[in-house]
Amino acid sequence: MNAPLTAPVVALVGNPNAGKTSLFNSLTGSRQKVGNYPGVTVERKSGRLALPDGRTAELIDLPGTYSLTPRSPDEAVTRDAVLGTLPGEKRLDAIIAVIDATNLRNHLRFVLELRRLGLPMVVALNMIDLAERDGTRIDTEQLSTILGLPVIATVAVRRRGLAELGASVAATLLDHTPRPPETANADIQLLQREARMIASTVTLAQGAQRRWSQRLDGVALHPVAGPLLLAALIFFMFQAVFAWAEAPMGWIESLIGAAQGLIAANLGEGLLRSLLADGVLGGVGAVIVFLPQILILFFFILLLEQSGYMVRAAFLMDRIMASVGLNGRAFIPLISSFACAIPGIMATRTIDSPKDRLTTILIAPLMTCSARLPVYAVIIGAFIPARPVAGVLGLQGLVLFGLYIAGVIGALVAAWALRRTVTKGPSPTFLMEMPKYQWPVPRDIFIGLYQRAWAFLARAGTIILLSTIALWALATWPKPPADWSRPALEYSFAGRIGAALEPIFRPIGFNKEIALALVPGMAAREVAVSALGTVYSLEGADETNTGGLIETLRSRWELPTALAFLAWFVFAPQCISTLAVTRRETGGWAWPTFMFTYLFAAAYVAAGITYWTAKALL
Amino acid sequence: MITVRNIVREGRPFFMTTPLLLERLSPGVVATIAAIDRAGLDPITAQRLHELGFDEGVDVELLHSAPFGGDPMAVRVGNMVVALRRAMARLIEIRPANAPAA
Repeated sequence: MNAPLTAPVVALVGNPNAGKTSLFNSLTGSRQKVGNYPGVTVERKSGRLALPDGRTAELIDLPGTYSLTPRSPDEAVTRDAVLGTLPGEKRLDAIIAVIDATNLRNHLRFVLELRRLGLPMVVALNMIDLAERDGTRIDTEQLSTILGLPVIATVAVRRRGLAELGASVAATLLDHTPRPPETANADIQLLQREARMIASTVTLAQGAQRRWSQRLDGVALHPVAGPLLLAALIFFMFQAVFAWAEAPMGWIESLIGAAQGLIAANLGEGLLRSLLADGVLGGVGAVIVFLPQILILFFFILLLEQSGYMVRAAFLMDRIMASVGLNGRAFIPLISSFACAIPGIMATRTIDSPKDRLTTILIAPLMTCSARLPVYAVIIGAFIPARPVAGVLGLQGLVLFGLYIAGVIGALVAAWALRRTVTKGPSPTFLMEMPKYQWPVPRDIFIGLYQRAWAFLARAGTIILLSTIALWALATWPKPPADWSRPALEYSFAGRIGAALEPIFRPIGFNKEIALALVPGMAAREVAVSALGTVYSLEGADETNTGGLIETLRSRWELPTALAFLAWFVFAPQCISTLAVTRRETGGWAWPTFMFTYLFAAAYVAAGITYWTAKALL
Repeated sequence: MITVRNIVREGRPFFMTTPLLLERLSPGVVATIAAIDRAGLDPITAQRLHELGFDEGVDVELLHSAPFGGDPMAVRVGNMVVALRRAMARLIEIRPANAPAA
């Protein structure tokens, strides 16, 4: 896969919404490498660009930006890469500036700024088909003459102009007459005016602009219809996440079960078998089971992002988010956090205000992630009667919905409190381009999904694998003496930690078994369920399946304890993976530590209030 | 004809020297940006405003106002639609457009 060391490095640079990623996908196909830039968590996407003269270049897709004055970590990477100051990155040999033909005057301004760097450069006049459909005609040759750069009209989606673009890049790489970089600071207003002048010179006919995009906005942004549409879309999305994922999750579970059976059949009773079956397959399997849900959620998120609707959702939600000191942009990461806080926290990179971004990261774990669902399902199944409410609704479903709502309200309250204390700062601005609506491109969706699935599995294979092995070890050693009559787990380190924690949890109605289950629950929340199963099955009963666990819990727990346990998990200190990704995104242990502490306190208080209220009432 | 009266949503005596602000533009009316109060913005936000196409002499039109109080608002600036909060629209002064936009 690696291009030879001598391969020239070419970067795609352009405004967000110029169709840069689509062009990148069309030029490199699926042969892409996704990594991280050293020190920052910005994704580095590169691929091989075959040039018509037989050579290959390494093509980098740099994060979209409006200028070389960065406002977010993403934009800083682009600036440093084109300036050649990005650590660990080779100097660029050429730039492909991607501009949207339907928005010439704004995108040309950035081209003028890039041109000052003196690097070999080709301009891709992208989405030329949309401009032509609107009736806009652009004199490409004249534009090339004025800019002094090759200009190639492209349609990334339909692969139009790609060969010409490759040829132009090859020619530019060979025949590079170095232009001295202009060092004086660019005055944005002068560049703006120059760009507007060039745009009106080369535009032979100005078409009517995106009428249908405005008509769609008439509905999507309508004061009444808009919020209703947004609510309907989100409802449908969650319905799909849970309904469509059911079957594939079952397949993965039975696959893991079969693998565990295979190990049990072929390996003798012993440490290796326990490590593989209970530690590795049990722990990692518990996380991989959520892959279908995460893929379905991401499918919708990619669809909404590429169509341009996500920005509209941020627009509709900005007022509500502003009332707790956040920004409409925080809405998208928070929605992702319903699947899993990890992709949600990673999606906060698009928030340009650092205080806003930090606040969003800190409240993301309050969105009920899918890992909490198994916990809720078991407790609700055991303690909430399946009674119909108002004819059509079930009491169990209502309680589940209530737990989700409790998480959202908790997040809003937390954001409000954080913005007034630890993340205090100037009121954030909300300034955002609303791109035209576009049909999502199946290839782009597929590549996006593939990359996300891969990232998720890689994480499951590394940090989650390591932490489950560590917890397995804690729960296995030391071995109890022969005359030990209580569960072996109680004798282990995990058991002792649980016993030591019990006095802390007793005031909120938690027994020793719960305290013990919360320790492995730190690796991944749903592990708390299997840990409870282990504790109780080892204590006497022989059934470890969920049905058995529901019966056991019903006979062992009082209702106030069960309700307190549910309340605890609304705020529950998040799993190790969330803390790890928070450390990466915030660049240190200070914020993950704070996050853990405040969520622990919130969970403790919520569980305590629930326990004592329920005890007084029941 | 575009008059001061239909640019401003709430009638206000025009002999008062109150500047017309983008915040008060009525939907569907095209106006021209007269001045941007850069002193009221931090430098990076002022820069981003220009990056999104705002500039003296550029045409603007209010397209949509968000639910729950009309904040933020979506305006057309040149060829682009940009969402911004009212607090920022208050820093942008407008005048009647010289000629209707093409």
